[in-house]
Amino acid sequence: MFSAVFGSVEQGIIYAIMALGVYLTFRVLDFPDLTVDGSFVTGAAVAATMIVFDYHPLVATLTAIVVGFFAGCITGLLHTKGKINPLLSGILMMIALYSINLRIMGLTTESSVGRPNIPLLNAETIFSKFQGFWSDLGIDGAINGFLSGLGIEHLPATWGTLFLMILVTILIKLIADWFLQTEVGLAIRATGDNKKMIRSFSANTDTLVILGLGISNALVAFSGSLIAQYGKFADNGMGIGMIIIGLASVIIGEAIFGTKTIFRTTLAVIFGAVIYRIVLGLSLRVKFLDSGDMKLITAIIVIAALIIPQILEKRREKARKARRQAERMEMKAAQGGHRIVETGSNQ
Amino acid sequence: MLKLDQINKTFNEATPDEKVALDQINLHLHPGDFVTVIGSNGAGKSTMMNMISGALTPDFGNIYLDGKDVTRLAEFKRSKMIGRVFQDPMAGTAPTMTIEENLAMAYSRNKRRSLHRGVDKKRKELFRTSLETLHLNLENRMSAKVGLLSGGERQALSLLMATFTQPSILLLDEHTAALDPSRAELITDLTKRLVEHERLTTLMVTHNMQQALDLGNRLIMMDKGQIILEVEEEEKQGLTIAKLMDEFQRIRGEQLTSDAALLSV
Repeated sequence: MFSAVFGSVEQGIIYAIMALGVYLTFRVLDFPDLTVDGSFVTGAAVAATMIVFDYHPLVATLTAIVVGFFAGCITGLLHTKGKINPLLSGILMMIALYSINLRIMGLTTESSVGRPNIPLLNAETIFSKFQGFWSDLGIDGAINGFLSGLGIEHLPATWGTLFLMILVTILIKLIADWFLQTEVGLAIRATGDNKKMIRSFSANTDTLVILGLGISNALVAFSGSLIAQYGKFADNGMGIGMIIIGLASVIIGEAIFGTKTIFRTTLAVIFGAVIYRIVLGLSLRVKFLDSGDMKLITAIIVIAALIIPQILEKRREKARKARRQAERMEMKAAQGGHRIVETGSNQ
Repeated sequence: MLKLDQINKTFNEATPDEKVALDQINLHLHPGDFVTVIGSNGAGKSTMMNMISGALTPDFGNIYLDGKDVTRLAEFKRSKMIGRVFQDPMAGTAPTMTIEENLAMAYSRNKRRSLHRGVDKKRKELFRTSLETLHLNLENRMSAKVGLLSGGERQALSLLMATFTQPSILLLDEHTAALDPSRAELITDLTKRLVEHERLTTLMVTHNMQQALDLGNRLIMMDKGQIILEVEEEEKQGLTIAKLMDEFQRIRGEQLTSDAALLSV
């Protein structure tokens, strides 16, 4: 149980970066960007391919981010300059990336044609590099010693990955918070809110949409490259349904933690991603469910996250109305009673 | 300041729906001019505004702003010099963003947007003093989302935002039409005050004849894509609604019929 939740949290924190990217397009730019399914794999494919070619994992990851950025920019160009509907631009880029990703991974083969997956079993990754530094600190022993003292079994081999990812994700969250408050950030938010208005204040909405999509897909590719290094495997199918997972994280987070400020919303998105992973992880422990049912479970989680807040809101509204009605009745009764007494004395 | 030189625009050209929206429009605004534009529906007032702002480009003719030919300049580039307030109170502000964030976007209109914080301490003070001039108590609600404001408050904020960076020209497109009479009056007063205070060159479209007479130093009347009447400074002083109606009849040889009700509101 503990190890299952632990694994889910680890993965959730990595997927949270992707969810932040989805938040940027879906919520901030109001652009339903389906490029994500493709650019997630692009990130994984670029990083895995470069690691196979013995590049430093950090260089591989940074390259993946840059490539993801360009993929997003192309979707933006299709929409703004090509005047293609947002959904369609994303879908077009997504299927284009499917072939491109095969080609990227194909660079590792002799013939250099497409390749559907790359295992990274014995390769150096960001996590293995970090582990070298982390294990010297002796924190793992301390935490595990403490937890086993509490009687928890099946402790994880290392806490390093979790710590590193929390650090990285929080850093990205803080940068996103800061960016969305800058002049450019405000203009991007206004582009999603009221294009006509921000255009009348001399902002080039086309450029802002392209920039926003670029940043979003850079985050998605970053997340993809990390998942590949975490799972030691890049696969052309790993991006299928990624957009729904991102959306699930955003919606779950927003439903539970609210959207009062940007600071709170981005934090909500991260928690949403983690909660989604935990729910998914726990549901897969149910006997009759198989890992192939994952997408179905995802769909059900998203539907629940979309509908339950509506029901709760309706209930709250009803309760509020009932309370007010009761107050009014009480007031009326008090006044009415008074009047009856008066008329009685008149007679 | 602003010069329209023989502007023509036809919509749906070479189709049965062909409509000449603007027909040889010539207009010259001097610095400090406040021109009110009246005319019935479909007269071409809004099309003219959209030409100036860059939302539409003319088929023929040229537009000069500050002596520069801006005919083909993209809308977002041109809007560095143009302040706009729309008829719809929802159109001029970003509803999910706060009052101070909206003002920050207006503030960076004529500057290059950077990674500088949009709302910092210094700007906040500037925004607060500007909001105080509205007398709507908005200066105490600066971190409230604009979507929570009433139509009148939003329109007042739009007006402040449009005039914030002293644009070369201010375009007001029936900006009081969607408000109730008392709110409309408030915005009209505010318009007058802001334009006078900042000495803004202004072009205002209105359906309200009284408003067109009360505000500004010049008046033009449009009909079927043409400017049919131009009233200059002294002449405008003694103008009344009745005189305007007579004038229309004399020029067009017909009564202001179906639209008359709208015009005389």
